[in-house]
Amino acid sequence: MSMTLAEKILAHKVGRDVVRPGELLEVPVDWVLAHEVTTPAAIKMLEAREMDRVWNPDRVVAVPDHTVPAKDIASAKLYQRLRAWVQRHGIKHWYEVGRGGIAHTVFEASGLPAPGEVVVSGDSHTPNAGALGTFATGIGSTDLAGAIYAGTIWLRVPETLRIELRGRLGPGVYAKDIILEVIRRIGDDGARGMAMEWGGEGMASLSMEERFTLTNMAVEAGGMTGIIPADEVTQAYLREKGTPEERWHCFQPDPDAEYAQVVQVDLDRLEPVVAFPNRPGNGRPISEAVGIRIDQAYVGSCTNGRISDLREVARILKGRQVAPWVRMIIVPATQEIYKQALREGLIEIFVEAGATVSYPSCGACLGMHTGVLGPNDVCISSTNRNFTGRMGHPTAQIYLASPAVVAASAVTGHITDPRTLEPATEEAA
Amino acid sequence: MAPIRGRAWKYGHNVNTDVIFPGKYTYTVTEPEEMARHALEDLDPDFARRVQPGDIIVGGRNWGCGSSREQAVTCLKAAGVGAIVAISFARIFYRNAINNALPAIICPEAVAAIQPGEEVEVDLEAGVIRCGAGEFTFPPLPASVLHIVRAGGLLPYVRSVLDSRKRA
Repeated sequence: MSMTLAEKILAHKVGRDVVRPGELLEVPVDWVLAHEVTTPAAIKMLEAREMDRVWNPDRVVAVPDHTVPAKDIASAKLYQRLRAWVQRHGIKHWYEVGRGGIAHTVFEASGLPAPGEVVVSGDSHTPNAGALGTFATGIGSTDLAGAIYAGTIWLRVPETLRIELRGRLGPGVYAKDIILEVIRRIGDDGARGMAMEWGGEGMASLSMEERFTLTNMAVEAGGMTGIIPADEVTQAYLREKGTPEERWHCFQPDPDAEYAQVVQVDLDRLEPVVAFPNRPGNGRPISEAVGIRIDQAYVGSCTNGRISDLREVARILKGRQVAPWVRMIIVPATQEIYKQALREGLIEIFVEAGATVSYPSCGACLGMHTGVLGPNDVCISSTNRNFTGRMGHPTAQIYLASPAVVAASAVTGHITDPRTLEPATEEAA
Repeated sequence: MAPIRGRAWKYGHNVNTDVIFPGKYTYTVTEPEEMARHALEDLDPDFARRVQPGDIIVGGRNWGCGSSREQAVTCLKAAGVGAIVAISFARIFYRNAINNALPAIICPEAVAAIQPGEEVEVDLEAGVIRCGAGEFTFPPLPASVLHIVRAGGLLPYVRSVLDSRKRA
């Protein structure tokens, strides 16, 4: 029987030859990724029922990220509860503030997850790790408590939506534009409850960093997971990160697998996409957004805070200045990315341009800290959601785009197509 | 289990967890009574003040999309919401609802028929929704999900399964 990639992984995990969409399975979990907002709630539930145990402390990765360093006493307490639990149970993989960053981005580069493994986390952007060929899905705190306690989770085998990429991206167009275009086409619930499986000959030209952006936003189309079959690019990345080869299960979907829907994207013809307020699926070609005046430009998040993103931003900001009325905030997603950006001189370019560089955290993406929006603020952001109130006040307007669009817009003070920027001036450079 | 009766609060498509329970409260507000005061704050500021125990939320497609925050379920439960009837639910919200025993019912016909503010009755045992326009049936929960509900939620269920394996 032919199967999609998600079906193959789940069948392998439960020791079956075949699984079919709609079946409910109890699936062993390989990794639990824990941060300080949803995990303490799970810990509290387990403690209240005298179930405070961890099925395998070596398979839990704990990364405080939403409000670190603590912004107030309430967030300091949440951090303390996560840390106390980590110490009490001898959780093996703990990323302290200053050595970690955003959990998903830390995890993707940690060398821990391998293709064919199952990852759960109390966070909706968990499918990020699916770019490595893992089955990674977001859950709530009660499900998280169950997974921590038992090392299993009940899952409905999802139907699979296949996205076929053809051709190559042109200059100034990025993975963020691909995912915004896909959500625009299928809708905010177009993959509701499904696995979003990515492939096609166009995939080979995308780096791992770009691929993480694709799977990261699966939930913005309602997806249970986003997943990319491991290929040569994946394997080179895994070797670089030191993921032991004996753990790799590089399953490939069968050519005649059954898909709920197949979507094709011609990368050659793709233009930069901007998601207008207040839905990620409200994408429009950048030509319709050009000229909208902004107050804030934000680069960061698990979606687009990687070194390749920062390089694109630096390329645009070098020799230029942020517009006088714009606050630009740049957040390297992890400490490792921050260090790399320092070594490459990117941070200096940002600071010279008049941008604020903030410490690795989820930051303003969800209106927590370091850049919360006020009434009627207009923000162009490289993050993943532009829901009402997402980044602060409910009247604030959030436009989602690639880091390059954010950087170009910061310079002009209006939403700008990075391909149309005038060359930077001599003396400024 | 007695039928759930209350007034209908009707909303549209893609109501997301950021408007149900804003991110800024996720780490500061932890007690159910206070969570209830912020329920649906950025969508309908009147809701938290006027909702009555047993009231029923009627949503469109993809109710509860977005963040995995479980407070989006627990704040509604704490506010007294008896059930949510929708055309479809976002996956994580639906799981969270089951795990917290908040009935989440998929019934597009009832959603189309129910008028805002009218009295609605949801009979889980019979699988029937009654409103001014008539009766609408909905399919029962799958058996394995019913096991979780009968056990009193996910955690008691997980513990009972592990205990029975140890005994075996």
